[in-house]
Parts: sequence; C-alpha cells; structure tokens
Amino acid sequence: MSQVLVLVDHIDGAVRKTTLELLAIAQRLGEPAAVFIGKGFENAAGTLAEYGASVAYQVEGEGLEDYLVLPKAEALAQVVEQAAPAAVLIPSSTEGKEIAARLAIKIGSGLITDAVEVEAGDNGPVTTQSVFAAGFAVRARVTTGIPVITVKPNSAAPQAISDAPATPEVITVQVTISDLAKTAKIVERRPKEKSGRPDLSEAAIVVSGGRGTNGDFGPVEAFADAVGAAVGASRAAVDAGWYPHSNQVGQTGKQVSPQLYVANGISGAIQHRAGMQTSKTIVAINKDAEAPIFELVDFGVVGDLFKVLPQATEEVLKRKG
Amino acid sequence: MNIVVCVKYVPDAQAARRFTPADNTTDRSSVDGLLSELDEYAVEAGLTLAEASDGKVTVLTVGPAEATDAVRRALQMGAHEAVHVQDDAIHGSDAIGTSKVLAAAIGKLEYDIVLTGMASTDGTMSVVPAMLAERLSLPQVTFASELTVENGVARIRRDGDTSTEIIEASLPALVSVTDQLNEPRYPSFKGIMAAKKKPLQNWSLADLGLSADEVGLSAAWSTVDDITARPPRQAGQIITDEGDGGTKLVEFLAAAKLV
Repeated sequence: MSQVLVLVDHIDGAVRKTTLELLAIAQRLGEPAAVFIGKGFENAAGTLAEYGASVAYQVEGEGLEDYLVLPKAEALAQVVEQAAPAAVLIPSSTEGKEIAARLAIKIGSGLITDAVEVEAGDNGPVTTQSVFAAGFAVRARVTTGIPVITVKPNSAAPQAISDAPATPEVITVQVTISDLAKTAKIVERRPKEKSGRPDLSEAAIVVSGGRGTNGDFGPVEAFADAVGAAVGASRAAVDAGWYPHSNQVGQTGKQVSPQLYVANGISGAIQHRAGMQTSKTIVAINKDAEAPIFELVDFGVVGDLFKVLPQATEEVLKRKG
Repeated sequence: MNIVVCVKYVPDAQAARRFTPADNTTDRSSVDGLLSELDEYAVEAGLTLAEASDGKVTVLTVGPAEATDAVRRALQMGAHEAVHVQDDAIHGSDAIGTSKVLAAAIGKLEYDIVLTGMASTDGTMSVVPAMLAERLSLPQVTFASELTVENGVARIRRDGDTSTEIIEASLPALVSVTDQLNEPRYPSFKGIMAAKKKPLQNWSLADLGLSADEVGLSAAWSTVDDITARPPRQAGQIITDEGDGGTKLVEFLAAAKLV
C-alpha cells in the first residue's frame, strides 16, 4: 500500500487537531505517514501513532523554522521524493496552503485547496470543496503528479486505532535548505496568548458577536464559556476595535465550519456568511427581524441579545447541574 | 522604486456567481465583475510606496476582455500604467497555469517589489503569491498586516493562527498584503479622468513566449468532475423573544443534542 503523507501541524510537538483529522483521511487513502518538521517530536510520536501514523518522517536541518515557508516546502519535496506517496495532505492554514503551493510546483503536481471531504477514488483521491459562499459543492481530482491536497478543519473525525504502537516507525530525514530559502527571515516570533477557549478554526461550537453588541462582548463570552465554545467576531466588531482580528469570522477572517454557530447582533452580510455558512447548525439572535442572517438559521430569536443570551447562559448552566 | 501590483477581475460576490456547465469553469462573462476587493489593499500599498519613493506602479492582470475593468480601477486609484494579458488559450487555467502566465509577464517588467492581495475573492486559494515567489525565485514575504520598506529591505508583520511573526527580506521581493494593512483610497474625479490617458498594454501568450499547450483547461493539473448547486439553506424556526427567548433557544439546542 502506498504511503499518504500528512504534514504535521504542531506547536513544539503538541499536535493540533487538524493533524488528527488528516491522519483519519490518510487512513482511507493508503498508509498514513506523518511528516514532522521542527522541535518536539518526542511529544508528538505517541499521538501520531495513536491516530493512525504507521510511519513518521522526522525532518531535521538547520534553519527549518527560521525562514518563511520555503524551508518546509523544500523539506517536504525531499520527503516526497523518498516516499513516493499516493498523496500529500496538508492543513488549510495560511502557512499550509503556501507550503502546498510551492510543493506542487516543485514536484510537478496538481493542487486542490480547502477540501472539506476527501474520498478514495478509482483514479486517485476525490475531493469536495464548498465554493462561492457555500453555493456549490465541487468534486475534483488531481490529474498530474502526486495529488497535493489541503484540507479544512472539521472535515473528518479523528480515528484512534486500537492496539496502536507506542510510536510510528521513525525515519530521519536530513535536509539542507537552499540559499533562496534563507531570504525571508523570521526575525521575531510572538506566540499567541492562549485564551483558555478552544481554537476558533477547530472549535465544535463558535459563538460570535457583531455590531449589535455595541462593544460589550460580556454576554457572548459568558454563553461561549457555558457551552465550551470559541468566540468569534464580525468584521464590524473587529473594525470597531471591540475584538482582535484573530477572532474575525468572515471572508477576510477565518472560515469556520463548526457543529454549531451562534450569531449575536450580526446582520449576516455576504462577507460574514462566507466565513460561517457551512456550519452544521446555525442559530442567531438579532433585534432586526429582517436581518439576512435569519435566512440561514435553523433557529432564530428576534430580540435583544442582552436579554436573550444571559437567559440562555443561565439555562445551560442550570441543565448542567 | 518600480512596483508591480498583480490584480484579478472577479465575479461580484453580491451577484449570482455561477459556473459554465459546458466546461465547469467560473462564468466570468455573464456575471458582473470587478477588481477583487482584496487586491485594492495591494494597489493602495503600491501607491503608498510609490509616493514615498517617487516611484512607479504598474498594475498587471491576466483575464478575459472584461478584466480590463480591474486594471482600469487601479489606474483610477493612481497606478501609472497597466498590462492586461489576454489570450483565449488561458481560459480554464488552474492556479499553476495562472501563476506561470503572471510570472512570465512580471519577467518582462522592471520591478523592485511585486505586490499581491492575500487571496482572490472567487477562488480564495491564497496560493498564487507563493507560486509567483517560487517561479520568480524571489523572497516570499506574504500575508502582511504591516509593511515597511526601508534601505532596500521589506519588513512585515504576519499574523498566523498560533503566532505573530516579523519577517524581513531584501528587495526585490514578492509581498502579499492583507485587508488589515491600509484603507484603499477611492478614485477621485481627477483620477478617473487621468486614467483614460494612462498606458494600457495588451499582451498575448506569444508576447510572453508561452505556447497554448502550456496553459488553459487542457493543461491544468487537476480537473473538476462535477459541480452541484447547494440548495439555499431553508430558514428554520424563528421566534420573537417574549421573555423566554433564551430558554427556548437552549431547548432547541438540547433537543438537537448540541448542548
């Protein structure tokens, strides 16, 4: 069985959920082989094995994390040459898509981005993409080279395998990056402060606030914490300085596809819809009965979020006991 | 400083965007289009750099005849000249083909910096800038939410999922910018008038030294098998809060096993 490479998304070896989702997809397509670049492999090995990686390429080399994108693309190209995989799966993060882009050209392969589903097919993996603000589902295949596919968060459920070994079979790969790869230097890196809430792109529930909050995200945050959700913000709220851009949901922010999306004081303009329209269940609270968001919802409350949300929070906490 | 800004003509997101059933490509002719909103930030960044350095902005696009509207808008904003690469053979190109054409065109221009937006608003792939850096062997300095160019060095702030990075590269470089970078200017009446006299060149594949079999639908490295229009979401249950809206909301969520 051919290997299917999965580029591991991690922070110092703490493997992010998207990697586990990609490993689940890789299990359908071939023999999952994780590609680990950076520090902290000892922290990741067990998790990678548990979620399906039978092989892990541990990539080492000077400067891999000191320069933008190209070192990882070069390293991955080298692993591809060694592994001759059936496909390469990469998370649809900013960096992931750029690595995929350069890799595709380096190895002469077609590229499909932002897949929400990947299935085995007779002529290679078949991807599904949700395009034009979820107006269309597109099924596509790579037809030249080794398919390079980036996959959106929440596209597959992680599949722990029973009787997993403690670690995948480790293959060390030494990489020397090119001079060109050293031309965009990362001179400073500031890790994002942990908010204590789930990561917005990965969260199962997202609770967002918009113009209707008038700058007070208290009720939104309280409800989010009651249900264990990430907090999102509309572009209007971010532009007004009420919430950081890293929490923006929309065409120019994050596109999320959680199990549940709760929109509070958000009118539902196209720019915002593009960021959340594929959520499985959508709920909204808005004073304006004509707000476009109500065209999308499975359940909507026309009312004042400062009354409705706190009551909802109380009800959730009551049911929790 | 010579600045090249790559822009794209895209179907208006407010309109009913669609695909051409015959070949599953984006319908760019029967739907109204315009300069991609995210490219305005790149044009603005180019104009700002040009103003600070007494430099020149050349705006470049690859697209069908209608795509002239995109470069025209950039000229109205203040870009100095435009290049529109147009050739029927380019129709249906994937990002790999598009980046090949763009790179060939950029190769014929003088530049210290190539600017792009962070993504197109139709394909939303965010891959062409990285592909351009790859093809042109330029330092890749992408997703800038802050940008300074001083002493021949481009320095950006890039906000990622898990960290914020400061990145530096010597020019010439490929820089993509986000919508956080600036506020694009509206064309003034004077700018709209002046745009009519600015140089606008049309180039074909032959002008770029590319042949038809290198680009377009048949040269693409991926293919679309089928496209299904998703039925618009049906509006579900909507209630008016009469003092119990929050409770009813949670009842709904609990029944759906979401809380």
